[in-house]
Parts: sequence; structure tokens; C-alpha cells
Amino acid sequence: MSEAVAWVLYLVSAGFFIFGLKGLSGPKTAVGGNLKGVTGMTLAAITVLIARSPETGPLIAILIAMGLGGAVGFVLAKRVEMTGMPELVAAFNGVGGLASAIVALGEVMHRDPYTPTIGVVTALGVLIGALTFTGSVIAWGKLAGKVNSAPVKFPNQNLANLGLLVVALVAVILYANNLGAEIWLFVVLAVALGLGVLAVMPIGGADMPVVVALLNSYSGIAASAAGYAIGNPILIVAGALVGASGLILTVIMCKAMNRSLANVLFSAFGTGDSTGSTEGREMETRTVRNYTPEDGAILLTSARSVIVVPGYGMAVAQAQHSVRELCDLLESAGVKIQYAIHPVAGRMPGHMNVLLAEANVPYDQLKEMEVINPDFENTDVVLVVGANDVVNPAARTDKESGLYGMPILDADKSNNIIILKRSLGVGFAGEINELFFNDKTMMLFGDAKDTIMALIGEVKSLQ
Amino acid sequence: MILALTMGEVIGLYIFVLAAFIGFEVITKVPAQLHTPLMSGANAISGIILIGAIIVASNTTSTFGLILGVIGVFLAMINVVGGFAVTDRMLHMFKKKKEKPAKGGDA
Repeated sequence: MSEAVAWVLYLVSAGFFIFGLKGLSGPKTAVGGNLKGVTGMTLAAITVLIARSPETGPLIAILIAMGLGGAVGFVLAKRVEMTGMPELVAAFNGVGGLASAIVALGEVMHRDPYTPTIGVVTALGVLIGALTFTGSVIAWGKLAGKVNSAPVKFPNQNLANLGLLVVALVAVILYANNLGAEIWLFVVLAVALGLGVLAVMPIGGADMPVVVALLNSYSGIAASAAGYAIGNPILIVAGALVGASGLILTVIMCKAMNRSLANVLFSAFGTGDSTGSTEGREMETRTVRNYTPEDGAILLTSARSVIVVPGYGMAVAQAQHSVRELCDLLESAGVKIQYAIHPVAGRMPGHMNVLLAEANVPYDQLKEMEVINPDFENTDVVLVVGANDVVNPAARTDKESGLYGMPILDADKSNNIIILKRSLGVGFAGEINELFFNDKTMMLFGDAKDTIMALIGEVKSLQ
Repeated sequence: MILALTMGEVIGLYIFVLAAFIGFEVITKVPAQLHTPLMSGANAISGIILIGAIIVASNTTSTFGLILGVIGVFLAMINVVGGFAVTDRMLHMFKKKKEKPAKGGDA
């Protein structure tokens, strides 16, 4: 196969990727969109194998590597629990970034870039790929609870990271001006690996939806840069598409928090886990209404309409199945059930939707924030399961609050509020939640799953 | 350096920029339900680096380069197969529950 024919087939591949991504952004077309992606990838892989027709030795090595990698990916994808999805997505981003850095380096081992411009892009591929890799490893660690999910700060953090970035970029330029001096490329690699770690460490767990989406974007740009280095159009196209889609998601997440991307990345915002320590202050001077599951069950069974507000706490307690069971019980008794999904609830874009889908919650009960907010004032009971900052009214009223301006779910406007929480801790943003002290609020302390199970028992005995 | 751009390099830049524009245009309003599948599906597509890895691994000029290529093939395949498979699994989960609106109130 001539290279020209291969490029035509790559163009067909690119078409599949474009319509695949378009499909993935619509509910009815998503499954087909994903299959278009598979088709485009298969076509591109077959094309490159025929066009390059590697010698027997390399061919066998390639096929074995493909088999092993495919098997690992398949097993990971089939085994992962839905609660482990954020970690898996972070891990896949990292693997993709590392592959891009390695490919750019490997190409340089075969031949030096033809021109300084290609040298620059090659080095940028190494930089972005390596940064995506270690950044994703840290994000994975924070999501899996293996790295402190609170922002880890050190003095002059942003300045130090900026310095590292400058060093990396200078090495990129030096490499491009001394093609053949691979040492500069390894400097880029080393600095970028460190930068990925240092850039993600100061970002707290609840800001991970933004980070995961952004690393997704980077993994695409890294592939694009590596493709430019090799001179292959399908890498450039597919990488650019992914870069765009990741950036769109990043922007959606930032808007949902009413914060700029720069603020998310550089401000070391928040305290870490929403189950964190009580920060004292006025906390002790006020009392909350602490009730038993029996009180909660009485309220729920007498309601005509209930809105469930799920948050990260539901994911941690793996309470999604119990929540659905409780809602099924109430629904069979004639209670109208809806779920209010905040765009940044959880640890990755769409986290709550995935968890509730796993628990077979009917899709038409899941409502996005703009749709459900007007419904709160006509709702009898709001059941908050492990969510905190996304229902904190301070975001509307308190200009001093770090949450001020963030669009929230209007849980406080409903007639009654039941909040399931492990402790009276502050939310991720480090803000005391005024909602806890609302006269309409009933606090049920304990593990979300245990509390829901207790509620189920009480509701059954009442019915 | 910029002044020394060749036409080939500029064409590469055209491809990148136009593809990015297409990406921004085709993915317009994404419902929250699809945020995760879109991300994991896009992630699988970024596994396109597989093609680059195969090219590098097919080249026998440098043994070290070849080894890097093969490692790249392995990593990229994890990304490709894992990404598409997990996206498909999630999307079928969404579909499944849409088909069973009549849930048994048998509890």
C-alpha cells in the first residue's frame, strides 16, 4: 500500500472519529458513536500495519504487545466497579500520555527531526505526554485514596511550578536549535514528569472533575504533537478532536463551579474530604436537629414528592443501590421521586449519573440542575445523601464565602430537608453549611448506606 | 525559527487547527448523563497514538527506538481497548434502565 492510499484511508478513519464524537454527545446516538470510534481505530490500525509492513521480528513484537495491551485494557474495563470509574478514567489518561511521550522519544531514536519546528513539536509531545502521565498518576492516587486528597501546599508553589515550566520550555528550544543533542529532550522529560506531580498535588479532591477532564484534553494534544513529529495526519486529527472535547468538558465543569480554570488549577482551593474535621468557629455554639431514622421514615412516607440530592458521600458509602431501593419503596407508595444532579457532584464529570445508572435508577428521574431547581419549593422532602457544598445556600448569599457565586441546588427552598452525613464536618470548600442549621432540616448522622438501610426498614414497618 | 516554516509544517498546523475547530463544533451541548462516557470515549480515541507506536516499532534503524515503539503499542492498546470497552459498558447500563420503566414494587 502506498503512503498516499494510507492517507486516504486515514481520512476515512478521521471521519469515523468525528461522527463518533458527535454521536457520543447525544443520548440516542452514543452507543453508535462509540462503535464508530472503534471502527475508525480498527481501520487506522490495519492501514498502518499494511502500509508500513514491518519485518517479521518487529511485526511479532507489535502483535504480541497489541494482544497483551488489549487484554489488560479489556479486563480493566470489565472488572471496574462503577464507583472506581474516576480512577480508571484517570489511569487511562495517564497511560495514553505516557504512550505519546514514548512514541515521540522513540521517533527521535530512529532519526533526528528534519527541522527545528518539528523538533519543537516533538519536544512538546514529550513534555505534554509526560506531564499528563504523572499528573494522572497523582489524580488517580487522590481518587483512589492513596494520595492525600486535600490540597498539598508548599511555599511559593505556583512560582516554583512556573519556574519548572520555564526550564522545560527553554530545554525545548535548546533541543530544537541543537537537533541531535538528545540530552535536552531528556531534560524536558525529567522536568515534565516532576511538573505533573507538583501541578496536581495542590488540587483538592473535589476539584478532580476539572483535572480529569483537563488531563483528558492533554492526552489528546500529546498524541497530536507526537503525530506531528512522525508526520502522520490521523494522529494530528484524532488528537486535536480529543483535545477539543476534553477542553469543552473542562469548561463545563468550571462554569458549574463559577470558577475560572486558573483558579481551580492554581489556588489550592478547599480542605480535601467533605468528611473532614470540624473547623470549630461558630460550629459548637449552634445546635442542629439530630433525629433518628424513624423520624426520617415518617417524614418520607407522608410526603407526596421527594427529591434526592446525591453527592460524593453516596459514592464513598456505595449507597446508590440502597438509595434506589428506598426510592422504589416510596414510589410504590405513591411518592413522586426525582434526583437532582449537580454537574460537579462527585469526582469526575457525570459521576452521579454513572453510579445511579448502575443502580438502575430510571433515567427520567435524573434531573439536571437548571431543570429541577424550580421544583424544590413545591417539594415536600429533599433527601441529601452525602452532598454538601452543592446545597450550601452561602453560595447565593454570603459574599465572604469561597463558594459565593457557585450555582447550587435550591434544596433549602423545599418544605423539609433530611441530610445524611457522617459528621457535622465542613464541606470541601471549608465552609460551614448553613443548611444544617435550617429549621426545616433534620440531620441523620452515620454512614450513608447504614442510614438508608435503617430508613428502608422503618419505611417498611410503616407501610 | 517561525520564518523557516516549510509548507509541509504549515499543512500539519492546518490539519491540527481545523480538526480542533471541528471538535468544538460537533460536541455542542452534552447532557450530564454523557459526561463520563464522552470523556472515556474520547480517551479511547486519544489511543490513536497506537498508530504512531506501530510506526516507531516498525522501524529497525535503532533498537532502542524499536523497543520504545513496542512499549508504546502495549500502552496505547490498554487505552484503546479499555476506553472503548468501558464506554460501551456504561452506555449499555444507561440503555438497560431506560427499557425497564416498570420496576417491580415487590419489595
